[in-house]
Amino acid sequence: MSLLHWIILIPFLAAFFIPLLGRMFPRIHTGWFVLFIPLALVMVTWISYSSLMADGETILSIVPWVPMLDINFSVYLDGLSFLFTLLITGIGALVVLYSIYYLDKKKERLQDFYVYLLMFIGAMLGVVLTDNVIVLYVFWELTSLASTLLIGFWFIRDKSIFGAQKSMLITVFGGFAMLGGFMLLYIMTGTFSIREMIGDVDVIMNHPMFLPAMILVLLGAFTKSVQFPFHIWLPDAMEAPTPVSAYLHSATMVKAGIYLVARMTPIFGGSSEWFWIILITGLFTLFWGAISALRQKDLKGVLAFSTISQLGLIMALLGAGSAALYAQDPDLEVMYAGAIVTAMFHLINHSTFKGSLFMVVGIVDHETGTRNLQKLGGLMAVMPVTFTVSAVGLAAMAGIPPFNGFISKEMFFANMVELMELPFFGMGDWAIIIPIVAWTASVITFIYCAFMFYKTFMGKYDRQNYWVDVHEASPGLLLSPILLGILVIVLGLFPNILTQTLIHPSVTSILTGVSVELEPYNLTLWHGFEIELFMSIGVVAVGVIAFLYHRKWTRWEIYNKERDVMNLFYDQGIDKLQDGSAAITRVQMTGRLRDYFMYMLVFIVALLAVTMWRSGQFQALPEGLATTMDTPLYMYGVMLILVGSAAVLPFIQSRITFIISIGVLGLMVSLFFTIFSAPDLALTQLLVETVLLIVLMLAFRHLPEMTKEPKSRSYTTVNVLIAASVGALVTMVSISAYALRLDLDFTAISDFFIENAVPLGGGYNIVNVTLVDFRGFDTVLEALVLGIVALAVIMLIKHRFKGGEDI
Amino acid sequence: MEYLIFIAIGVLFSVGTYLLLCRSLLKVIGGFMVISHAVHMLILTMAGLNTGSAPLVDLSGSDSTDPLPHAVILTAIVIGFGLTSFLIVLAYRTYKAHKTDDLEKLRGADNE
Repeated sequence: MSLLHWIILIPFLAAFFIPLLGRMFPRIHTGWFVLFIPLALVMVTWISYSSLMADGETILSIVPWVPMLDINFSVYLDGLSFLFTLLITGIGALVVLYSIYYLDKKKERLQDFYVYLLMFIGAMLGVVLTDNVIVLYVFWELTSLASTLLIGFWFIRDKSIFGAQKSMLITVFGGFAMLGGFMLLYIMTGTFSIREMIGDVDVIMNHPMFLPAMILVLLGAFTKSVQFPFHIWLPDAMEAPTPVSAYLHSATMVKAGIYLVARMTPIFGGSSEWFWIILITGLFTLFWGAISALRQKDLKGVLAFSTISQLGLIMALLGAGSAALYAQDPDLEVMYAGAIVTAMFHLINHSTFKGSLFMVVGIVDHETGTRNLQKLGGLMAVMPVTFTVSAVGLAAMAGIPPFNGFISKEMFFANMVELMELPFFGMGDWAIIIPIVAWTASVITFIYCAFMFYKTFMGKYDRQNYWVDVHEASPGLLLSPILLGILVIVLGLFPNILTQTLIHPSVTSILTGVSVELEPYNLTLWHGFEIELFMSIGVVAVGVIAFLYHRKWTRWEIYNKERDVMNLFYDQGIDKLQDGSAAITRVQMTGRLRDYFMYMLVFIVALLAVTMWRSGQFQALPEGLATTMDTPLYMYGVMLILVGSAAVLPFIQSRITFIISIGVLGLMVSLFFTIFSAPDLALTQLLVETVLLIVLMLAFRHLPEMTKEPKSRSYTTVNVLIAASVGALVTMVSISAYALRLDLDFTAISDFFIENAVPLGGGYNIVNVTLVDFRGFDTVLEALVLGIVALAVIMLIKHRFKGGEDI
Repeated sequence: MEYLIFIAIGVLFSVGTYLLLCRSLLKVIGGFMVISHAVHMLILTMAGLNTGSAPLVDLSGSDSTDPLPHAVILTAIVIGFGLTSFLIVLAYRTYKAHKTDDLEKLRGADNE
């Protein structure tokens, strides 16, 4: 166990103690105890590893879990993991701080909330720190679970339940697909370790399962990172408390997909499919998310779609950057590696400005009681601090200097323009559409940022729109968004402070396959009159004009359709799934014992028949029959009585005749054992048969005459058909198995028991010794079973239907 | 000779299956007992039938029977006995509670 293992496990351990602490100190907000954990983790991580990461080193530590299956709890820290670990713990600390003031100590179920939250922190750290894909999958699903629980935190609301279920279904579907992808990778490489897979990348690249594995893994990433068309769960996830939305659904969990794509880039990257699928999905999501965000009237809805859009942007950059792994030319490699730099930088930026925006929206909601853009307005004077932080966050998101979002957006433009020059992957002149889409999406982003800004803070403050007295939030609530806002400004003015420790190490760990030594990328606020600057100026100009004329186009019908059309598929799908399951259940679960037996028997018969037929055993039956040995005459007589006593059973209506007939059958079986020299069996059978007869007699005394079977012909026919086919199949399977046994001439394993009965068991009756000595445990447990049966029998007979026991 | 017995076992399975599909709870129990017998016979027959001496050390020659299937079947007989008694008592209890042994009437409401 290394420190890294503990970093993952501590949140889980803490989750156990939080309810205790909460109960012991009911006066203190539970959040204060929780706050300590991410805060400690972020400091420990930074102090222990930042210099190692800057030197480009990596750490690996393995604790065996299921070593036989190559499943190890192995942790691996490189630049990428380090960046994510800091994001998770850092933003986590701020979110916990924020939640202390956001969630009321008296009204909310704080213990539940913080247990889920800690579970999420631990799971998320597990996802980004492990090297074993199975462990990654387990933690991945745990994040989905935590997310679901947190979305459904206010479970009294129907919408919360709906959103929770939706997110669960979609992300778990993706998780399963991802697991399938991991299995395919395991089949190709024989390992679950990501590092070893990267070492085997040539095998993977040339394997016929390359594309299926890639698509399955990408399904996992796309569902988690809300890429089109799986993005529909995120807007409904906004029912979660705002700290959760800020944390899981914008800063961390939805970036797990980004992490996965980045992590898998050394394995799949460098193929044209990887490049195109991710680039196109990312760009389309960017565009779709921006357009949808524009139409939202709910502040959190805007932010949800804006998150979708921004994640699409990062995804597109990762796709574009994977071209560096294909290009053999050092200049091109460095050029396309730039896209990965942008992706990592924007990842950090997005977490800062989107985190702060979610928090201020939460504050607006908290203080005014509404998030409706049509009701809000004029809050600038009432809530000046909130206003300032929002302005910074919105400006960063819209791409206005000197904030960090401006730099990453400029770099994004540059990367997209550079893509047009890509000399491979079938890039043509039409590629000009890529920067155009990117630019258009940015214009729309600018417009919805302007909307948020204007509609919330500008305009007229109308007291009648609010049912509470609106005033500025408490300093505690404001602290976290202010800190994030400061980060937005600092990263904008001094973008290079993180290059050495965070961005460069993560870029090199994503692009392990490039031939050149990558230099730390120099990030600057001002980098001359390049094309991207003119694109940015264009964004602002067009955006401002479009905003000024918004009264015209906001009247369009399409503008007022808030709900995403893709939801249609989900809603229909869920309806059909429920109807379908209900229909199947109605057919299947009839409550009739006969039906259940029929399903099972028909299935078994079909399975056996198909297996027999496919392996050619039906055809081999006549040959098997040829090996028959002589049958003594009396055997026919024994079998006739045995079969006869059974065959009359279905026709008997009288209870006593039925019992006697069963008794005859048992005695004949006992005779059968006697003939074939099995005295122990014969004796036991005789004894058991006698006792059973007595039990049956006793029971039947209390039971009515047997119910008559229906006379319906179809009913009887079906029963006879099933019964006959079961019997015929058993006979055929036995004959075929017996013939096979003769053919292969197995040696019996009983020689051991025969030889060792006296030396090891000290007994002369081999059956006896086998039962009480060699298989003594088995027999003891058998006695236990009989004891339990005896108890159950007593209970069933003696226990009164009403009132107490009299045993 | 084994084939004669395999056919007999097949008939026992048929009868047992038919009884399992009956409406009377008692017949279902009877079906269970018949199938148990058939399985025991099947195990012994599959191991190869032998009318030689019983599996005792001082008697055992080259023609003695295989002791292992005996041990297995013995366990099966005893467990089968336990299960059957339990089933019988369950039937008794079911009848006491519902005043019928007709499985059709025991199935409960239509749309559960």
